[in-house]
Amino acid sequence: MSLKAFHLIFVTLFTALSFGCAAWAFQSGSVLWGVTAVVAGIFVIIYGVYFLKKLKSVSYL
Amino acid sequence: MEIPYTVQNRPDTGIYNAKLGVWLFLASEVMLFGGLFSAYVLLRVGAAPGDWPHGWLNVTLGTVNTLLLALSAITTLLAWAACKVREFGKFKFFHACTILLALTFLGIKSYEYHDKLTHYEAQLTNGKFADGHFVKESKDFNLAKKTGTITLHGHIVEDRKELVDLRSPVAKAAKHEEITIAATDIKKLGNYGPAHNTFTAIYFTLTGLHALHILGGTLVIFYLWGPGSRMWKTDPERFTNRIEVSGLFWHFVDLVWIFLFPVLYLT
Repeated sequence: MSLKAFHLIFVTLFTALSFGCAAWAFQSGSVLWGVTAVVAGIFVIIYGVYFLKKLKSVSYL
Repeated sequence: MEIPYTVQNRPDTGIYNAKLGVWLFLASEVMLFGGLFSAYVLLRVGAAPGDWPHGWLNVTLGTVNTLLLALSAITTLLAWAACKVREFGKFKFFHACTILLALTFLGIKSYEYHDKLTHYEAQLTNGKFADGHFVKESKDFNLAKKTGTITLHGHIVEDRKELVDLRSPVAKAAKHEEITIAATDIKKLGNYGPAHNTFTAIYFTLTGLHALHILGGTLVIFYLWGPGSRMWKTDPERFTNRIEVSGLFWHFVDLVWIFLFPVLYLT
C-alpha cells in the first residue's frame, strides 16, 4: 500500500472523526463547536476529492 | 555490494524492500497500540458506575493538536509528491513544516502534562477534599513532619465524587479560589500524575507512548530533511522512497491519535 492509499484512509477516518465530534458537540449543547466540526468534515471531503484528482497518476500499491 | 530492491519493486512481493519492512513494523505497532486500547476498554467497562472521570482533559487543546497532526499528514504527503515531481525546494519547505507542526504538538502535550502534574488533590482530616492547581508552599512545608502550609487554586468539596465528572452542572458551578491548607489538616496529598487513578494511568501510558512515536518520527524526518537529504544528489529515486516510508510511519502515528482523541478527550 502506497502513501497515497494510506493518506486516503487517513482522510476517510478524519472525516468520520469530524462528524463524530460534531455529534458529540451538538449532544453536549455546544452548537458553535458542532457547526465548526461539520464545516471541517465537509472541508476534508473536498480536500479528499481534490487530492485524488491531483495524484491520479500515482499507484495505490 | 549493492543493496537490492531499494528502488525497483521486488518481483515476489510487488513492492520495494523498505516498504515491506515498514509495513511489517507497522503491523507490530498495531498490536502494541491495540493491546493498550484493549486495556483501556477493559478498565473503562470494569469501572464502578460514576467512578470514571469525565471532562478532565482540555478539549480545545486536544482539538488543536488533532488539527496540527492532520496538517502534518498533508505536509508529509506534499513533501513526497514534491520529490516525485523532482522539486527539491518544495520538499524542503513541506518537510520543515512537518517538523514545526510536530514540535508544536509536543509543546502542547508538554503543557497538558505540566497542567496535570501541578494539579493536586488533598484529602483533609475533616473528611473533605481540596482540589486545585499548585500555587505555592511555605518554606517549612513538610507533609511527613506535618509542618507548614500549601496553597492551591481550586475548591473544597464534601464528597470526592464531585471531582469525577467535571462536565456536571455542580462541577461547572464550583467557584475556584486560592485556598491555603495547613499540613496538619492534610491526610493525603497527591497530584494528577499516572499514580492518581486508573484514568490518569492509562492516559499517561497511551499519550506518552504516542508522544514518543511523534518524537521518534520527528527525528527521522529531521534527518531526512537535513543530513540525509544528500542522497537526493546521488540517488533521487531511492531518497523519494525513503520519504514515502517515513510518511507511512507518520500517517500511522496520526491515525493512532485519531482514535486517542475521542476516546480520551470526548468521553
